[in-house]
Amino acid sequence: MTEVSASVVLDLYQRMLRIRRFEEAVGGLFKQGQLPGFVHLYVGEEAVGVGVCAALRADDYITSTHRGHGHVIAKGGDINRMMAELFGKASGYCKGKGGSMHIADFSIGMLGACGIVGGGIPVAVGAGLSAKYRGTDQVAVCFFGDGAANEGSFHESLNLAATLTLPVIFVCENNGYGEFTPARQAMNIENIADRAAAYGMFGVIVDGTDALAVYMVAVEAVERARAGGGPTLIEAKTHRKGGHAEGEDAFLAGQKYRLPEELAAMAAKDPLEIMHRYIVEHAIASSGQLEEMDNAVVRAVNSAIDFARNSPEPDYASLYEDTWV
Amino acid sequence: MAEYRYRDALRRALYEEMKADERVFIMGEDVGAYGGAYQVTVGLLAEFGEERVRDTPLSEAIIVGAALGAAMVGGRPVAEIMYVDFAALAMDQIVNQAAKIHYMFGGQFRVPMVLRTQQGTGRGAGAQHSQSLESWFVHVPGLKVIAPATPRDAYGLLRAAIHDDNPVIFLEHKGLYAVKGEVEDEPFVLPIGQAEVKRQGQDVTIITYSRMLGLALEVAEQLTSQGVSAEVVDLRTLKPLDYATLEESARKTRRVVVLHEAVKIGGLGAEISAELSQRLFGVLAAPIVRIGAEDVPLPANLELEKLVIPDAQRLTAAVEAVMRYQPMPTNGA
Repeated sequence: MTEVSASVVLDLYQRMLRIRRFEEAVGGLFKQGQLPGFVHLYVGEEAVGVGVCAALRADDYITSTHRGHGHVIAKGGDINRMMAELFGKASGYCKGKGGSMHIADFSIGMLGACGIVGGGIPVAVGAGLSAKYRGTDQVAVCFFGDGAANEGSFHESLNLAATLTLPVIFVCENNGYGEFTPARQAMNIENIADRAAAYGMFGVIVDGTDALAVYMVAVEAVERARAGGGPTLIEAKTHRKGGHAEGEDAFLAGQKYRLPEELAAMAAKDPLEIMHRYIVEHAIASSGQLEEMDNAVVRAVNSAIDFARNSPEPDYASLYEDTWV
Repeated sequence: MAEYRYRDALRRALYEEMKADERVFIMGEDVGAYGGAYQVTVGLLAEFGEERVRDTPLSEAIIVGAALGAAMVGGRPVAEIMYVDFAALAMDQIVNQAAKIHYMFGGQFRVPMVLRTQQGTGRGAGAQHSQSLESWFVHVPGLKVIAPATPRDAYGLLRAAIHDDNPVIFLEHKGLYAVKGEVEDEPFVLPIGQAEVKRQGQDVTIITYSRMLGLALEVAEQLTSQGVSAEVVDLRTLKPLDYATLEESARKTRRVVVLHEAVKIGGLGAEISAELSQRLFGVLAAPIVRIGAEDVPLPANLELEKLVIPDAQRLTAAVEAVMRYQPMPTNGA
């Protein structure tokens, strides 16, 4: 870990903070009934998106999932336009037509979050195919969960990417649950990374609560992809601090689905706390400096909420815009 | 002017587009060495190489998904799904992804992707290789749908589809590949969204598309002996539908029959019939009649297969019915 520079470490921490505070604010707004639709928070999984995206260039591509806010922020997205999109406002990334599950920012290579589990994986393969054909050294990353690893699109995507040696990195965020069903009830293997072998590609398991560890694994996968060495499947073991979706308690009506041992493991593995400890222990920054950083992030998030609230609703005439080019 | 088979006209379109624009590439099952299940892409691998004529695994979802991803970042893929029936394996990528990307992300991405596939009966290929599924795609906002009936239309519309910045479903018909027709020597592009009157007539309009155009023209010719002058309109593009041309013809003849090979229930004929009836309620001399396939899976036996889809006898009977229709007398008349 010593080879990661202090500036990278602080950058990782700051990106994670931005996601954490953004998501906490979104959870609060949803609870107050201020946001339409469904909201799936990335709290607890920040180290995965941030660790991977820190290893990417601005012109590299990512695709994301229904739990996608963190990926947009990790890739450098604008939280004002994100928040406005969550409010359904015209100033949002998608003019209020995307919503929480469908945020994209082409300018930073963010090819879109996807509300269909496994649906975004093939798109990253296509972007990688295009990069290879055009002779650039861009890479394409798709984020997806353990649930998506049981979708057909996952298997078709891995097979094609490996067969054509495409610069694609498959990042499985294994948080232990496909919606409300424990992953161990949905597959007869412990490690999704094992599936890489079936397609003839590299597979690696990493502690998805440790941003530095994720970053280092991602750097290696990116280097391999850029050099023409083909795809990698990274399985990041992580934890979902909240539920599948905000507001699920109302539907669960007291039923419990989280496994006690998983909850206990999660309590000791908060990615922000891990990173905070590392930074202070290695004297990269003081607790006071990190608190200042945190306060600045909170201010930015509050200002994003103001921006969203003060933005206009979409014009009714915009309804038919962008149906076709 | 030269005579082309439908499949050769399609190949000419692909060849010219690939020559003109290196962003255009082909991918699909057996499109390379084998030349495509219906031999449309024969010779293109030798001409353009495997980077641009890509044989893929038998994986429809990733064929469409990879084409989509490539299209979003600047490619112009022409993906082939060997049989439209197999599109069922790729419906998420077609319906939830490709069709939605431009709108859902606020216009940030273009999806200049063509999905070539073929459908229809005529070979006794059975229930999973003979369907006509255009209604599935027409029902989804964000897709364009083309179904050419002649070599000339196949050529001009495939070129248009490749030029288009939207996802286009290009439906060929397995029974048309060997059909010959005239195509101009000079390259040209036909507009998407324009129907064409393939036969002028005064008494009744037959609206159809794809392989059923041949049946419509044949029956229209036979009807002259009964003194019936039938106009035949070929939709060519199923979405967006050219209602202006349909309405103009229907206004003139005041009688309409809609004919297609797809299952009648929930088919495009219902849509066209409802829309024209609404627009021309007071003008039409008879209710619009639809003819389509029976509501059964397609049997493999060729004689049974023929029973499922419209034939000359049924089309003739339908035209005769709208010709002799008498309105019910109103109360007190």
